Amino acid sequence: MRSRFGSPVLDASARLLAPFMWLFAAYVMVHGHDSPGGGFQAGVILAASIVMLRLVRGGGTGSGLSSRGALTLACAGPLLFGGIGIGSLFSGGNFLDYGALPLPMDPVQVRVIGTLGIEAGVMLGVTGVLVLIFDVLASWDDGTV
Amino acid sequence: MIGRLTVLLLIPALVVLLQAAAELPAVGDGTSPAFTHVAPYYLEHAHEETGAPNFVTAVLADYRGYDTFGELTVIFTAGLACLLILGTRDEPSRPRDEETP
Amino acid sequence: MIDTLGPLFLLLMVVCAVAALSVKELLSAVTIFGAFSFFSAAFFVVQDALDVAFTEAAVGAVITTVFFVCAIKRTTGRSV
Repeated sequence: MRSRFGSPVLDASARLLAPFMWLFAAYVMVHGHDSPGGGFQAGVILAASIVMLRLVRGGGTGSGLSSRGALTLACAGPLLFGGIGIGSLFSGGNFLDYGALPLPMDPVQVRVIGTLGIEAGVMLGVTGVLVLIFDVLASWDDGTV
Repeated sequence: MIGRLTVLLLIPALVVLLQAAAELPAVGDGTSPAFTHVAPYYLEHAHEETGAPNFVTAVLADYRGYDTFGELTVIFTAGLACLLILGTRDEPSRPRDEETP
Repeated sequence: MIDTLGPLFLLLMVVCAVAALSVKELLSAVTIFGAFSFFSAAFFVVQDALDVAFTEAAVGAVITTVFFVCAIKRTTGRSV
């Protein structure tokens, strides 16, 4: 599992497909407010694209995210989620009460921003955790974790 | 034979499950308990309270944000457990003669 | 049309589950399990649960399959 498959066709098609998967993940996360989708689904799509790149191009720099980067993402997601919750707690509301965040906007708009923030946190956390599990399962850690 | 015994034991369970499934409310039944307690409140107030046109997002990320936080914590813990169990690298084994004092 | 699709997908799910259990080769079982996930996602689409279908298609069919294949690579690859 450590060596890539080494086919130019696979390599080219994976490189062609990956940006569209990232764009679709971003669309699913941002548009999850209006239509089916959300942070979890976007994170899974992002993780699937990175796992695909790892399978085709090998680990390391070719797949856009190192093992240490995945661990950082996995920790940053819950921290962002909890940070927004604590932030609304310190600005006078309840825990995870986004309407209390100190932004110069209508409270409903602030709630929309807060929801987007926690969806981004969920996406980062899910992406990091799934890529991390794949790395340790395939014993693919490039000595950085 | 163990396979026959399993099938014989599973048939009563299947009968019980089908019996229970026949008692479930129909799909989309507006008078079922799931639609009579908090669902009308969400349908009437979610858009103006949270600004989310999608009620699933409104419930998941706003009304039940604490649940989603716990869910993310569970996923994070699972990843951490995988890293701790599988990600430990064996120490490079030292030659035998160095271990004996 | 839609009303017949739901039971059809359920039936295919049962067929896939039995096939995945009865196959000896673990890699084949994982592949059939991916097909099971796809039929499950299709069933959720028929039931208008698009969020769940999304998650099932992405997690069940892609991520779980890759994880299982990685895990099988660490074993002998045959069921007892």
